[in-house]
Amino acid sequence: MTTRTSFSVSRYAPDRGPVARLTARDSVLRRLDWPILLSALTLSLLGALLVWSATRGRTELNQGDPYYFLFRHLLNTGIGLVLMAGTIWLGHRTLRGAVPVLYTLSIVLILAVLTPLGATINGAHAWIVIGGGFSLQPSEFVKITIILIMAVLLAAKVDAGDQLHPDHRTVAKALVLAALPMGIVMLMPDLGSVMVMAVIVLGVLLASGASNRWVLGLIGAGVGGAVLVTALGMLDEYQINRFAAFANPELDPAGVGYNTNQARIAIGSGGLYGAGLFKGHQTSGQFVPEQQTDFIFTVAGEELGFVGAGLILVLIGVVLWRACRIARETTELYGTIVAAGIIAWFAFQSFENIGMTLGIMPVAGLPLPFVSYGGSSMFAVWVAIGLLQSIRVQRPMTA
Amino acid sequence: MSNIPETGRTPRVQIRLVVIQILVFSLLLTLGGRLWYLQIRNGKEYTDEAKNNHVQQVVQPAVRGSVLDARGVPLADNETRLVVSASRTELMKMKDRGKGVLTRLAGVLEMKPDEVINKIRLCDSKTPKPCWNGSPYQPIPVTDDATTQQALTIREASEDFPGITAEPTAVRRYPAPGKARTAQVLGYLSPVTDGEIEKAKDTDSPFLRSDQVGRSGIERTYDKELRGKAGVTRYEVDNLGRVMGQTKSDPGVAGSTLVTSIDARVQAVAEYELNAAMKLVRSETDKITGRKYEADAGAVVVMETKTGRVVAMASQPDYDPNAWVGGISAKDYAAMTSKGSNYPLLNRAIQGQAPAGSIFKVVSASAAVRAGHDFNDKYNCSSSYSLGSRSFANFESKGHGPITLGEALKFSCNTVFYALGHQEWQRDGGLKAKPGAHDWFYKTARDFGLGSETGIDLPNEVTGRIPDRQWKQNFWEANKDAWCKQGKKGGSYVEQIAYESCLEGNQLKAYDSINFAIGQGDVLVTPIQMATAYSAISNGGTLFNPTVGKAVISPDGKSVREIKPTAHGKLPVGAQTIRDLDKGLRSVVEPGGTAAWRFGGWPQDKIPMRAKTGTAQVYGKQTTSWLATYTDDFTIVMTISQGGTGSGASGPAVRNIYDALYGLDDAGNQDLKRALLPKPQKTLPKINADGTIDAPDIKPYDPKAQLVDPAEGGVPPLAGPPPHLRD
Repeated sequence: MTTRTSFSVSRYAPDRGPVARLTARDSVLRRLDWPILLSALTLSLLGALLVWSATRGRTELNQGDPYYFLFRHLLNTGIGLVLMAGTIWLGHRTLRGAVPVLYTLSIVLILAVLTPLGATINGAHAWIVIGGGFSLQPSEFVKITIILIMAVLLAAKVDAGDQLHPDHRTVAKALVLAALPMGIVMLMPDLGSVMVMAVIVLGVLLASGASNRWVLGLIGAGVGGAVLVTALGMLDEYQINRFAAFANPELDPAGVGYNTNQARIAIGSGGLYGAGLFKGHQTSGQFVPEQQTDFIFTVAGEELGFVGAGLILVLIGVVLWRACRIARETTELYGTIVAAGIIAWFAFQSFENIGMTLGIMPVAGLPLPFVSYGGSSMFAVWVAIGLLQSIRVQRPMTA
Repeated sequence: MSNIPETGRTPRVQIRLVVIQILVFSLLLTLGGRLWYLQIRNGKEYTDEAKNNHVQQVVQPAVRGSVLDARGVPLADNETRLVVSASRTELMKMKDRGKGVLTRLAGVLEMKPDEVINKIRLCDSKTPKPCWNGSPYQPIPVTDDATTQQALTIREASEDFPGITAEPTAVRRYPAPGKARTAQVLGYLSPVTDGEIEKAKDTDSPFLRSDQVGRSGIERTYDKELRGKAGVTRYEVDNLGRVMGQTKSDPGVAGSTLVTSIDARVQAVAEYELNAAMKLVRSETDKITGRKYEADAGAVVVMETKTGRVVAMASQPDYDPNAWVGGISAKDYAAMTSKGSNYPLLNRAIQGQAPAGSIFKVVSASAAVRAGHDFNDKYNCSSSYSLGSRSFANFESKGHGPITLGEALKFSCNTVFYALGHQEWQRDGGLKAKPGAHDWFYKTARDFGLGSETGIDLPNEVTGRIPDRQWKQNFWEANKDAWCKQGKKGGSYVEQIAYESCLEGNQLKAYDSINFAIGQGDVLVTPIQMATAYSAISNGGTLFNPTVGKAVISPDGKSVREIKPTAHGKLPVGAQTIRDLDKGLRSVVEPGGTAAWRFGGWPQDKIPMRAKTGTAQVYGKQTTSWLATYTDDFTIVMTISQGGTGSGASGPAVRNIYDALYGLDDAGNQDLKRALLPKPQKTLPKINADGTIDAPDIKPYDPKAQLVDPAEGGVPPLAGPPPHLRD
C-alpha cells in the first residue's frame, strides 16, 4: 500500500520539485492514459459545437442567447475535467472506503426525485431542479455507485486472496444492492437508465468471475422480466409506442415515429462530408426534437457527414479500447470490475443512443456520453474517466 | 515496453474480459455499418426527403392560352369566375371527415349536401361520376360559378368553413362564336392525375398538382404550348412552417395563344348544315328498309386544297364543351359516355370509319391506269356483271354502254370497275397470288393515303382499313376460331357466312376484289382521309398532313411560330391522269352527272366544281351517304351514317357551305360582301403591340340568305333526282 500525500505514486520516489515531479518518468502525468483523455476531451468539444449548432436558433430554449448552450456545455466539460482530476487525486482505492457512503447518498437523491422535489421532463420523473437553470439527474450518478458498491463486495475476498471467485452469497448480496436503486429508477419511470444499469450489472458480474450460472441467470431474468413487464401492462402507452415506432416509423408518422423518421432523414441527408456546420436544414429547421440531448448524433450526421459521425464512433472506440486495456492490465479484481462496469455502461449507452438515431434501436431517453448536452451526464462520465485513470495510474510499474 | 503485470486473475476472468471486448467492438461495427448504409448507400433518398421536408412551394397557376380562329375570334379563352374549393387534406383531418363543413357549405351554395360531398370524393373504378380524379392534395373545386354574395359569406365566416376557399380564378370558356361549338376539334380539359404527375416528373414540362390537362382535340395536341408554366415560389420553412428564407423560384409563363385555320363563321355554317341535313333526312323513308333514315351520325370537313389546313370540321352528335369546365356533372358525363349516348365525344371526321362507296372510284380509276388501262378507252358499262352464278348489278340495273373512265365517274358506273377489279385479281393469280403480283387496286388505295393516319394534329385519329391479301390472312387468323365455332353448313345467312369464312376466310376472293373496286366490302375510310385524297387531286397530287393549328404566338406577341403545311406523300399517278380525274369529277355536277341535280345554277364557269357521290352499303344498316367535292381552293367532304344517298342527303348541305364561302345565292349570283371566305385566309390575325389580338365581329349564320325567290329569276329547286342520276 502506498501513501497518497503527493502526486507521485512510486514507492521509492525521491523528493523532487513540482515540475520535475510532474515530468518524471514515473509521474502521474506521464502515467495517465492520454489516448483515453484526449479522445474524451475531443468528444466533449465536438459535442460543444454540435450542441451549439442545434440550439443557435431555438430561441424558446436559449433565452435569446445563441451561445447559451455552447457556453454551458463547455462549462460542464470544465467541471467534468475538475471532477476527473479530483478522482485521480483521491485514487480509486481511497474512494473504495467511501463507497458505502456514496451509495447511500445516491439512493437518497433518487428517492428525493420521487418526492415533490422531483420534476418531470419528457415523460420521465427523473430530475431535481436546483434553481438558476440548473437541474440534477441523480440516476446518472447511480450508474457509478452501482458499479462501485458491487465491485467493493465482489472483489473484497478475492483481492484479499481468500477465494478465487466470489461466492454465491456475495453475488446475491451484490445483486440486491444493485436492484434497490434500479427499482427506484424504474418507478420514475426512467426505463432507459434501468436498461443501462442492467447491462452494467451484467458487465460487472462477468468481470468479477462469478459463476456462469449467475451470468446466464441474470440474462434469463432480464429477458423474462421484459416479457413480464410488457405482459402485465406495467409499461406506459408512450413507452410501448416508442418501441413500436422504431421498428416501423410509418406506423405513426405524426407521433412517435416522427422523431425516428426525422432523425433518419437528417443523418441520411448528410452523405459523405455533410452539409457543413450550421448548414444542415434539418437542424436549423428544428425538425428533430431533443436534438441537443438525446438526438445530438443527428447533428453530426447531417452537418459533418459520414466522416464526422464516423469520427465520433472512432473516438468512442478509442475510449473503450483503452478502457479494456486498463481492465485487463490492472492487478486487483476491484479495478478490473470497476473498469468493466464502465465499459459496459459507455458501450451500451453509446450503442443505444446512436442506434436509436439510426433506427436500429428503440427510442429511449439516454444521452450520448461526452457529446450530449446535460450536466449530470457530463459529470458522471468524467468521474468514470477519472476512475479509469486512477486504476491505471495506481497499477504498480513493471520494468 | 512490455507492461503485462502479474495479475493473479483466473483464466475465467481473462476470457470474459476478451468476450466483453469483442462484444463492445461488434456493437461499434454495427453502428458504423448502419451509418454507412444510411449516409452513403441510401443518402440520395434521404437528401430528397429532407428537401421535401423544408421546402414549401407556393404555386401561381399559369393562365391557359386562348385558341383563336383564323381571323382571331376566340374559340377557347378564359373568364374570371368565383371558384369555391375544398381542401380534402384539411377536411379529412376533422372528426367527422368534413361532413359538417360541407353540409354548411351546401347550404350557402344552395346545393344538396350529397352533391357537394360527392364532388370531393376520389375517383376509383367503383366510384361513379361525379368524383375528383385529380390529385387529392390539390384544392378541389366544388363550384365555379358562386355568386359574389356566396363568396363573401364563405370568406367572412371563415372559421365556420375551415379548408374552404372562395377565390376569383381564371376558368376555361368555350364561347362558341356565331354558334360554332367546334366541340370535338377543341377537346376538353380535366385535372391532372397523380400518375401523370409522376410520369412527367423528369421531362421538360412537368405537371403541377393544380394543372388542367387537355384530354382531346386541340387542347390535347397543343397542351404543352397552351398550358404555359406556373410560377413557383419556394420558401424554406422550419418544422412549424415558419418561413426562414426564399430559395430558387421559377417565374410563371402564361400559355401561348394558338391560332387555328378554323374560320368560326364557316365552322358555324358547317355545323348548322350538317345538323340540318341529318334532321331533314330523318323525315325521309328509306326505300330499301322501309324505315325512316336513322342518320345517327355525320361529319363534314372543309379543307384548303393547297395546304391541307382545316377550315371547318364538324361531327354529329356533338356536345357543349363548357360542360367539362369546373368538373363535369354526373348527368352530363352519362349523356356523353353512356351506351345510349351515341358517343358525342367522338370526332367522326377523324374517328368515324365506313366503307367509302363510290367516292372510292377515283382510287379504282387511278389503279386501272397504273395497271396499264387507258383512261380514255371505252369500257362497257353493262347493267350487271356476272361472276359464276353470282350477278353484281349496276345501280338500278341501268347500263350506259361503252364509256370512258371519266364517264364512269360521271355516271358512277359500277360494272366498269367490277370488271377492272376482277381482271386485275385474275392477273395477280386469283385466289393464290403470283410472285410479284401488283395488287394495283390495293396498292393504289394505300398510295392515296387510305389505311393509315393522315397525320392531322388531332389525337386518336383512326386508320381505316384496306382489306388486301395480308389483311385477309391476319383477320382470318384472329377470328377463325370464333367463325368455326359459330359456322354451320346450310344454316342461317350469318351461320353460312361464318362457315365459309372458317374454311377459307384467309383467301382474297374474286367477289372481294369486285366489291373493293367500288369501295364496298371490308374497306373502311375516314372523312379526313377522303378530304386529303380529293385535295390532292385538286392541288396536282400532294397529300398534305391536315392541320388545325396554324401558329403559336407567345403571350407577349413577340414570338410567332407558324405551323407550316407538311406533306406525307404524292398521288401515285401522273399529271395527265390527275387532269383526267379532275375532268371526270367536273362532269359529275354537269348535266347527266350524279350530283347535277344538286348543283343547278352553280356558276361552273367561274368557280368550277368537282364532286363525287357515294352511297355505301353497310351490312345490317341503312346506307352511308358520302359526298366528296372540291373547287380550286376548298375541299368539302360530308358523310352521314344511315343517311341514304350521297347527293340526296349531303348535297344541299355541301352546296350551302360553298354558297356561304363564296357568297353565292341559289341562282349562282355572287355577292362578295356576303362571301365568308372566297379565298383561303393566308395571313395571321393582327397582333397588337401588347401581344393581344382583336377579335373581329362575327354574325350568326343565316341559312336563308342564299335563298332566291323563284319569281325573281331564281332556279326552282328540283323536286327530286331523275332515278338514273342517283349514285
